[in-house]
Amino acid sequence: MKRAFPILAVLTALLLVYAFYQALWVAPTDALQGDVYRIIYYHVPSAWTAFLLFFINFIASVQYLANARPSTARAARWIVIAIGIIGFVAPFIPQVKQQLPTGMYPSSVATTFLIITGLYFVIGKYFVDQDLDVLAVTMAEVGVVFCSIVLVTGPIWARPVWGIWWAPGDIRLTSTLVLWLIYVSYLVLRRFSDSAQTQKLAAVLAVFGALDVPLVYFSIWFFRTQHPQPVIGGGGSMDPRMLHVLLISWMAFLCFAFLVCWSRYRLEKLRREVEEAEALESLLEPAGLAGPSSAVKTPLSRGSK
Amino acid sequence: MTNPLTAPRGAPIIAVSNLVKQFGRFTALRGVNAEFDAGKFYVILGDNGAGKTTLLRALAGLTDPSRGEISILGKKPHEASRDLGYMAHPSLLYDEMSGMENLLYFDKLYDIAGNSRCEQAIQAVGLDAELSRPVGKYSQGMRQRMSLARAILHDPKILFLDEPFSNVDLHSAREMVGLLKGMRDAGKTILVVTHQAALLEGTADEFVWMQAGQIVDRTNHLARGHLAPGDAPAGES
Amino acid sequence: MRSFWSIALATLTKDIRLEWRSKDALNAMLFFSLLVVVIFVFSFDPLAEESRHIVGGLVWVAFLFAAVVALNQTWARELRNQVLDAYRVSPAPANALFLAKAIGNFILVSLLEALMAPLFVIFYNLRVLGPAWQLIPVALLGTWALVVNGTFFAAMSLRTRSRELMLPLLLFPVSIPAVISMVAATTSILTGDDPAHFYIVLLLTYDVVFTTACLALFETVLQAE
Repeated sequence: MKRAFPILAVLTALLLVYAFYQALWVAPTDALQGDVYRIIYYHVPSAWTAFLLFFINFIASVQYLANARPSTARAARWIVIAIGIIGFVAPFIPQVKQQLPTGMYPSSVATTFLIITGLYFVIGKYFVDQDLDVLAVTMAEVGVVFCSIVLVTGPIWARPVWGIWWAPGDIRLTSTLVLWLIYVSYLVLRRFSDSAQTQKLAAVLAVFGALDVPLVYFSIWFFRTQHPQPVIGGGGSMDPRMLHVLLISWMAFLCFAFLVCWSRYRLEKLRREVEEAEALESLLEPAGLAGPSSAVKTPLSRGSK
Repeated sequence: MTNPLTAPRGAPIIAVSNLVKQFGRFTALRGVNAEFDAGKFYVILGDNGAGKTTLLRALAGLTDPSRGEISILGKKPHEASRDLGYMAHPSLLYDEMSGMENLLYFDKLYDIAGNSRCEQAIQAVGLDAELSRPVGKYSQGMRQRMSLARAILHDPKILFLDEPFSNVDLHSAREMVGLLKGMRDAGKTILVVTHQAALLEGTADEFVWMQAGQIVDRTNHLARGHLAPGDAPAGES
Repeated sequence: MRSFWSIALATLTKDIRLEWRSKDALNAMLFFSLLVVVIFVFSFDPLAEESRHIVGGLVWVAFLFAAVVALNQTWARELRNQVLDAYRVSPAPANALFLAKAIGNFILVSLLEALMAPLFVIFYNLRVLGPAWQLIPVALLGTWALVVNGTFFAAMSLRTRSRELMLPLLLFPVSIPAVISMVAATTSILTGDDPAHFYIVLLLTYDVVFTTACLALFETVLQAE
């Protein structure tokens, strides 16, 4: 696994360069906005990446809390399966189909729910107990970085094109801001909490944050229908060539995010291993209880090499 | 593990196995193994930092062990809470309410019938149930006694007392010891952590010596190696 | 089940009694609320024509600040003499404590609001152009939204450094949809421009979702050392 890292790093670097070239030279100039719009190739992929990372954090947090007891773990699994099934079937029912916003196909909604369920079980299989918490903190940290990029590029884009830095009714940008705030508070909680239960408290906060996001979305959505505001980033369809470059850009960002997360994950696991080793040493250590004849050689003790 | 309801006096009702408690890098308990029998009076002794308070808190369910098992009456500490009484050096009482008001409130937490039990508990510790002075204005001795009343209010089978006699005048302390002796004789199990073990010589059934997070000795009398009865362990405040 | 409610009620009455006996803290909070209103009045011109459009926001921001001050200190009482340990060691359920604290905070914050609201009406010469009765559900639901999460996060902050700072830090982001709804609803009702129904429904949803979440997860927070 470790040998793959440098290879992947080089590939990612190449992909990023390729995406940069595509974004700045190959993609056609926008009819209305001119060349300024090209920032979209950083703004949008960062947003999608950030949302994905935060979503994985949410899943990891829920599992971390649910796995505390076998009964809740089982209950959580059944609930997720139920959500998957309902989410898969519902978009095809006529009454529900009508409610979907224009442009959202039932099949994509269905697939999304299937992916959500799949992600829950995949994560549950490969990450257990403490690993879930390490995954959660990694996703939160890297997600905040990408989210910051979204919040910085948004106004930079808005100013020359629409003449304003910020529109409070812009549902996507404002929801992203709230998501950013929630996860920054998550990181602050982890830093400031001394308790043995910090990890559980942080997981609880992540759940609260996840419950909050749809409510934010709806509150701003309704606010906007009452007070029409400019929408930064526009809606509607996109020239297929632009979409093509956007996807390339997103691939590059995902690879980059993957590498950063992987490094951070490894770093955090190593840090915890060191902590545990120190704790183990402190457990065996007191004068007279772990002498030179002690059978256990802890990794950090002077006797071992 | 014998059935606690039919266990004869002397059967173990508290069992601790491989109990480890770490706070970050600091290890408070290093693999404690012990059994405590029903209806006996235990005194836990040791220097500051030996882990006595941590052990008591773990038994009371206030601290989760890092590793190891605790079994009280065959259950986990949280599940056995109805039968546990806990008292610590802070009074665990509301300063702005009188003793009776405090106990009436804690009474509700244990879901038992009210007024008379509170009066009895206050009288048992030698205080006046009618006293309307807020607890914050009590002397230390009175406060410790009221805290003890709170701990025994619901007639628990097991009592955990952490430094019940600290800063208490000798007279009050002796009265408390008498009360505890009576409770032990009535079948309760009592674990006391204290630096003033001399008070309990002759009353306690067993002295448990802790050092550096482990139990190092258990004796029937207050004498262990270089320590003579009445000697305070080094380093106590 | 019956013991759950009797424990919650007993805890609530105990808290009210304690609050009443330490009237100093209460008086200080009332005075602080008054000061907040005055600062706002000096900062935002009450004579301006558009004041009715922004008063909704001013009122709720003022309530938010007063609420944070109140929330911070109601758990502090349980830390003196480690009294919280007495609750934890008993068989009483964690939820009952949470509910009692939340309701107690609700009463306290409502009291502060009852002081501040008339002051705003006076200073800003407010006349309600929309259906005034709707302000009641908005006030109730909005206050509960702040208080339920506030009580929860205040308990969470007990085990952190910079406790008083952590509470608003955790509370504000999560409260944003509630604040948007409260402010928009209040402004709608004051100006009479738009219906506030949607916001009231959204507030109700917010309250239901987070009250459930708090009750479900409070035990974890209480047992944290």
